[in-house]
Amino acid sequence: MQDTASTPLSFQQLILRLHDYWAAQGCVILQPFDMRVGAGTFHPATTLRSLGPDPWNCAYVQPSRRPTDGRYGENPNRLQHYYQYQVIMKPSPPDLQELYLGSLAAIGIDPLLHDIRFVEDDWESPTLGAWGLGWEVWCDGMEVTQFTYFQQMGGFDCKPVTGELTYGLERLAMYIQGKDSVYDLVFNDAVGDRPAVTYGDVFLENERELSKWNFEVADTDKLFRWFKDAEAECQASIAAGVPLAAYEQAIEASHIFNLLQARGVISVQERASYMGRVRDLAKGSCEAWMAHNGWAQ
Amino acid sequence: MSADFLLELRCEEIPARMQARASEDLARLFTEKLAEAGLKAAWLTSYVTPRRLALIAHDLPLATQAVSEEYKGPRISAPPQALEGFLRKTGLTQDQLEDRDGVWFATVEKTGRATADVLAEVIPAIIRAFPWPKSMRWGSVSLSPESLRWVRPLQGIVALLGDDVVPIAIEGAEAGRTTLGHRFHASGLVSIERAATYAEQLRAAYVVVDQAERRRIIEERATALAAEAGLDLIPDAGLVAENAGLTEWPVPLLGRFDSAYLEVPPEVIQLTLRINQKYFVLRDSAGKLANAFICTANIEATDGGRAIIEGNGKVLAARLSDARFFWEQDKKTPLAVHAEKLARITFHEKIGTVADKVERVARLARWLGEEGIVKGADPALAEQAARLAKADLVTEMVGEFPELQGLMGGYYARAEGLPDVVADAIRDHYKPVGQGDDVPTAPVTVAVALADKLDSLFQFFAIDEKPTGSRDPYALRRAALGAILLIEKNGLRAPLWQVLPVFQNDIEEPAPIGLVIDAILDFFADRLKVQQREAGVRHDLIDAVFALGGEDDLVRLLARVKALQHFIATEDGANLLAGYKRAANILKKERPENGKSASAAGEEDPGAALTDPEIADAIRVHDALPPAYMLEPAEAALIAALDAAEPRAAEAVVAEDFEGAMAALATLRGPIDTFFDTVTVNDPDPAKRDSRLNVLTRIRAAVHQVADFSKIEG
Repeated sequence: MQDTASTPLSFQQLILRLHDYWAAQGCVILQPFDMRVGAGTFHPATTLRSLGPDPWNCAYVQPSRRPTDGRYGENPNRLQHYYQYQVIMKPSPPDLQELYLGSLAAIGIDPLLHDIRFVEDDWESPTLGAWGLGWEVWCDGMEVTQFTYFQQMGGFDCKPVTGELTYGLERLAMYIQGKDSVYDLVFNDAVGDRPAVTYGDVFLENERELSKWNFEVADTDKLFRWFKDAEAECQASIAAGVPLAAYEQAIEASHIFNLLQARGVISVQERASYMGRVRDLAKGSCEAWMAHNGWAQ
Repeated sequence: MSADFLLELRCEEIPARMQARASEDLARLFTEKLAEAGLKAAWLTSYVTPRRLALIAHDLPLATQAVSEEYKGPRISAPPQALEGFLRKTGLTQDQLEDRDGVWFATVEKTGRATADVLAEVIPAIIRAFPWPKSMRWGSVSLSPESLRWVRPLQGIVALLGDDVVPIAIEGAEAGRTTLGHRFHASGLVSIERAATYAEQLRAAYVVVDQAERRRIIEERATALAAEAGLDLIPDAGLVAENAGLTEWPVPLLGRFDSAYLEVPPEVIQLTLRINQKYFVLRDSAGKLANAFICTANIEATDGGRAIIEGNGKVLAARLSDARFFWEQDKKTPLAVHAEKLARITFHEKIGTVADKVERVARLARWLGEEGIVKGADPALAEQAARLAKADLVTEMVGEFPELQGLMGGYYARAEGLPDVVADAIRDHYKPVGQGDDVPTAPVTVAVALADKLDSLFQFFAIDEKPTGSRDPYALRRAALGAILLIEKNGLRAPLWQVLPVFQNDIEEPAPIGLVIDAILDFFADRLKVQQREAGVRHDLIDAVFALGGEDDLVRLLARVKALQHFIATEDGANLLAGYKRAANILKKERPENGKSASAAGEEDPGAALTDPEIADAIRVHDALPPAYMLEPAEAALIAALDAAEPRAAEAVVAEDFEGAMAALATLRGPIDTFFDTVTVNDPDPAKRDSRLNVLTRIRAAVHQVADFSKIEG
């Protein structure tokens, strides 16, 4: 697909264009959160900042880890580690859809050449005690973005409502570059004798090794222990009045739980109980954050 | 004076599945609210697209009628506060009130109101209370949790009465005459002149506001595209409606996929296309699935749709590639190995795992074959099929497409070379899933399908999880109906009380088995009544058969209902019914002590068994000494007819020849008529009266061998 330029955007160009675009809309361009999370929504810049009345507009890339999606680098579409591009606007601006469509134009998607559609898709995160209404945005039948108006976070009503856009970067890049495998994506453009590299050059070995670790190597006894430790540390931090620190431990527990699931050591019955424990930590942290800021409902 | 009123509520994309209902709700609420204000339009036109709900009220009067309303107030002797309150409420002064027998009355003259004012009041109220299945808050006003809720952010309101804007204001939106056209094809605002130009002005802005027209466009264009490619469109009204709900300017486009994917079962491809991608599916001239799809775009693309087709084709290829991967992966493992994983899946916490269920169903399916209840069902094959029937639940494919359960198991069974009867049984054992679904007839399938349903019923009833009202979380009504249809269609002679205790129950502290069986039998009776009613059988005929009670053989019960339905439609039947009713009425009056238990059981307790007193009564009457007086000819003839008909009817009932039993009863019709024409039952001579009442009792008892005619209307 080559709409505007002769050379399609590289993976990093795609990110840079989105940064430029959203910065121009008044968003703070943040860096990824430095912990292992399952989705961009876990970044405190989304979870915690969507609470309370203060305006907040930001954009960032978040590496996202889904241990059970690992395929040892053998599936062209599924990865245990991938990137989400996250935009958060609070309160949700009245023209959020138009702003979003503007971002598609910025990365070279022509809406009179490609079929852009907003298809119902409501979002819910049981582990964050959060839900919202919105759409998955389709481009020629492919889901390229999740578009959500948060209604609740951590069990609290969002006052005001935050608009969240989550772009699947690899998928979008594959579309723009016309690639069938994520590993064939052009990561950067060659400059002089400095060559372009592919996504595979950067991440294929990572997928192989981490898939093996997630599914086979990770010591489950330690994982169970780490879960308990993170849970205890989260609770202690809530008690100590440091909700941001508590929230980090909630994130940690959530990821360890995902790893335990990938190792297949959590039964169906136990699963609900573990999810309840993670939710309690996340909600507890959110509650403490609300109280700390004097927003308690 | 009247004018057309246009209302357009424009918002961000409304989920397709909610549009039809929302459009109806808007029309209904509008009609109701206007009626409350005394206004009525000549007719309404409703439009809905993904981005707007619109309504045109034609010929709406421009003002409401003036009315005079009278209110009753407090007594004159009441405390002054009461009078003050009444004056506030009516807006009058004391000298405007009327004293009627010590009570204040007020007459309030209401002048006609301008319709525009009514609309300005009513429309915001409709918006605020709109019954969306799910609604949300948005934007800066959502700082307050009481802010307006709508299905997605509400962005604009057009409200025109005649040529004028109706001044409607609701937070964030003020009504005007401007709206937006197509998201990509039309730039700038569209200024609507009046209701009559709305649809055409939007059409010029690439929006087809009429959902029916969008459906027609999709259907016609898709059919034409298929024909151009030498293919047939597989009709799918639901998909047409969904695509019409996703587009304002629908443009169907035909694309192709790699025919190598056709090796995947066609149902999988169809689901991938329809459910995941909302594409239409096509067939070739031989009726086979074609390697083509039709998607519905929302634009007239500048390249004629080439890029859209290419993009959709890529997405589809990735999905089909996943499906093929699942198909191939799943086939590598025999179903028996997949089935081992069922031990990890909880069926119900009090009942156990799916593996436990499979074990019971296998035992019952085998037993149904061994006992010859399902004739021709090889017990070993029935057991084998039952053991594998749920294995596909743990396959990748069914994980991805739960609606393919059973079907995929059938494919995998065939792929690993299991006998066809086993594969068919695995495929079809969930059937029938409701009235109108195919009812299996292959014996092994019937055994597994029936065992599966009876097991669910028995297990859930044993832990007292019965359906109540609209709550039936375990679909037990469907299971019972499925069992009924299987039994009926295949003529299975399986007294349920024999079948049910076969379960070796694993439940801790189950309810006493007798109570469970009784509850299930009652439940079956209810479902059977519903099923027969839906099949068009008169409910009173069903009641007449059920009132006999004590029947747990569904085949016999249904044969009786069928014979009765046929008989009652004949002249003999109608006349016999008339004679029976006459006899029964006399008995009810003259022999309440004898007839009571029978008729009470019939009238007040339709489920009760044929009561002993009535049988005893009939036996007593039958054994009574011949009357000691000279019988009148009609009396003698009726007794002779009864003597002849009773044993014939009884024999026929035993032989389950209900047509025959009714034919025997039909011979009574003439003698009964003559008896009532010429004989006085209430003779002054007690011996004659008693003897004649005995004859009537015999008539009633004879008829009750077939059905309780007192239940039959007419």
